[in-house]
Amino acid sequence: MVARVQIPPQAKRGEVIEVRIAIQHPMETGFRFDLLGRAIPKNVINNLSVRYNGAEVFRAELGSGIAANPYLQFCTVAEASGEFVFEWVDDAGLRGAERAAITVV
Amino acid sequence: MVVGFAGATAFAVFAAEPQRPQPLKSGVEFTAESARKLQADDFANPGMLWVERGSKLWSEAVGGGKSCAGCHGDAAKSMKGVAARYPRVDSGAGRVVNLEGRINLCRSRNQQAEPLAHESDELLGLTAYVAHQSHGMPVAAAHDPQTRPEFERGRELYHRRIGQMNLACTQCHDRNWGKKLGAETISQGHGNAYPAYRLEWQSAGSLARRIRACYYGLRAEMPEYGAQELLDLEVYLAWRGSGLPVETPGVRR
Amino acid sequence: MGTPARRRFISVLAGLATAPLWPGRAARAQDDPFAPLVRKLTGGATVNTGRVTVDTPRLADNGHSVPLKVSVQSPMTAADHVRSITLLSGRNPRPLMATFHLGPKAGRPEVATRVRLAGSQRVLAVARLSDGSYWSGSAEVEVTESACLDAS
Repeated sequence: MVARVQIPPQAKRGEVIEVRIAIQHPMETGFRFDLLGRAIPKNVINNLSVRYNGAEVFRAELGSGIAANPYLQFCTVAEASGEFVFEWVDDAGLRGAERAAITVV
Repeated sequence: MVVGFAGATAFAVFAAEPQRPQPLKSGVEFTAESARKLQADDFANPGMLWVERGSKLWSEAVGGGKSCAGCHGDAAKSMKGVAARYPRVDSGAGRVVNLEGRINLCRSRNQQAEPLAHESDELLGLTAYVAHQSHGMPVAAAHDPQTRPEFERGRELYHRRIGQMNLACTQCHDRNWGKKLGAETISQGHGNAYPAYRLEWQSAGSLARRIRACYYGLRAEMPEYGAQELLDLEVYLAWRGSGLPVETPGVRR
Repeated sequence: MGTPARRRFISVLAGLATAPLWPGRAARAQDDPFAPLVRKLTGGATVNTGRVTVDTPRLADNGHSVPLKVSVQSPMTAADHVRSITLLSGRNPRPLMATFHLGPKAGRPEVATRVRLAGSQRVLAVARLSDGSYWSGSAEVEVTESACLDAS
């Protein structure tokens, strides 16, 4: 899965930062049919979690009501330099992950 | 009636001089505010996921062991301005190709790799990535005797009524741009933002796909991917949109 | 029986007695399609209206992808913060759209995403706070169809 994450590369301690992630995924609803009339099975990214230096700071349970190629933006407080780890899984069991480093001064 | 023509807008005499809309406006000016904002946001723009894919593929060795980067190095330098000049003649193949076609020619000729399938994520990714390197630059496709036959056929197709609705491209996109069709505002029908992310597709797609979509909308049989008609129209559209900035990846409804 | 006028009067009365609910009452019963969903979500706890803002375009040009941002008024301290925000659709075949789990370290309790809307509808966001209370806000979105069909 192609995915992009965005965090400020540097932040001040205690600063509220915006974290963004975009993932290429059809978020197939299960309500569509292909050109031969066969139902396309539901397959959405159902869970996404974000850990910052090991602690979970955000988790999203998603459904077919979230648009294809899901985009999420949320906030967290910059505490210490380290790493953000983004992990997600879809209904078919396919997993994805991205990491981003941050320097906190 | 042999005439040479130089530049994007200088045209010699025809029975009827081809017209372009005045003033020339990109499709982005006819989209809703939220789509415009999305296109302008380099991170949130869903088309950038394909540009990202293309940037990864650029460095991947394929076929005989070469990657695009192996010959072309940093795309930001080597591909700057390239997409803006397509479609054009490929001297090796002896025919006019669009950017997708040129990428596939490179794959088979120089990488000994299979051509990428139409509308595959890989081909869309590489095309979007290369076109993105021309972002902001004016469309300046070659207009010379070599592309003349395609241009003339494309122009004829653009003005030909098709489908159950019996409409030609020109009727919406030359005579009625700016007016409403349902809740949508009709654009001038330029291709400067392609490959683009179309909300209706829930995916990025090529200009060829967008042209096919219009055929379907008119209840006409869609030309197959790779059909000469689609390429001819792309050549005509490139002339028609000359001067507009490349916006790849655009966001359209 | 009586005079024709009296018979007429009685038949009118009879008609009124069997008439459907007055439009006002019927509309109120239909007013909140979210009620059963919200009850399930909160286990019957009261949901206060307020503190939650749902920000979307009033008119979406395509239901496949509509930008949506939900934010909650909260100090976001360890003692008083937003635990989760749930998005509910008033019209989609699956009304539960997403649940976002935050914590005191979230900084600003706001989440932006893009949603699918199966037609014009109201979207409801329910926030659960650390003290166990629930707050909600909503937005109406008009969703238009594409003028031309596309099977490309």
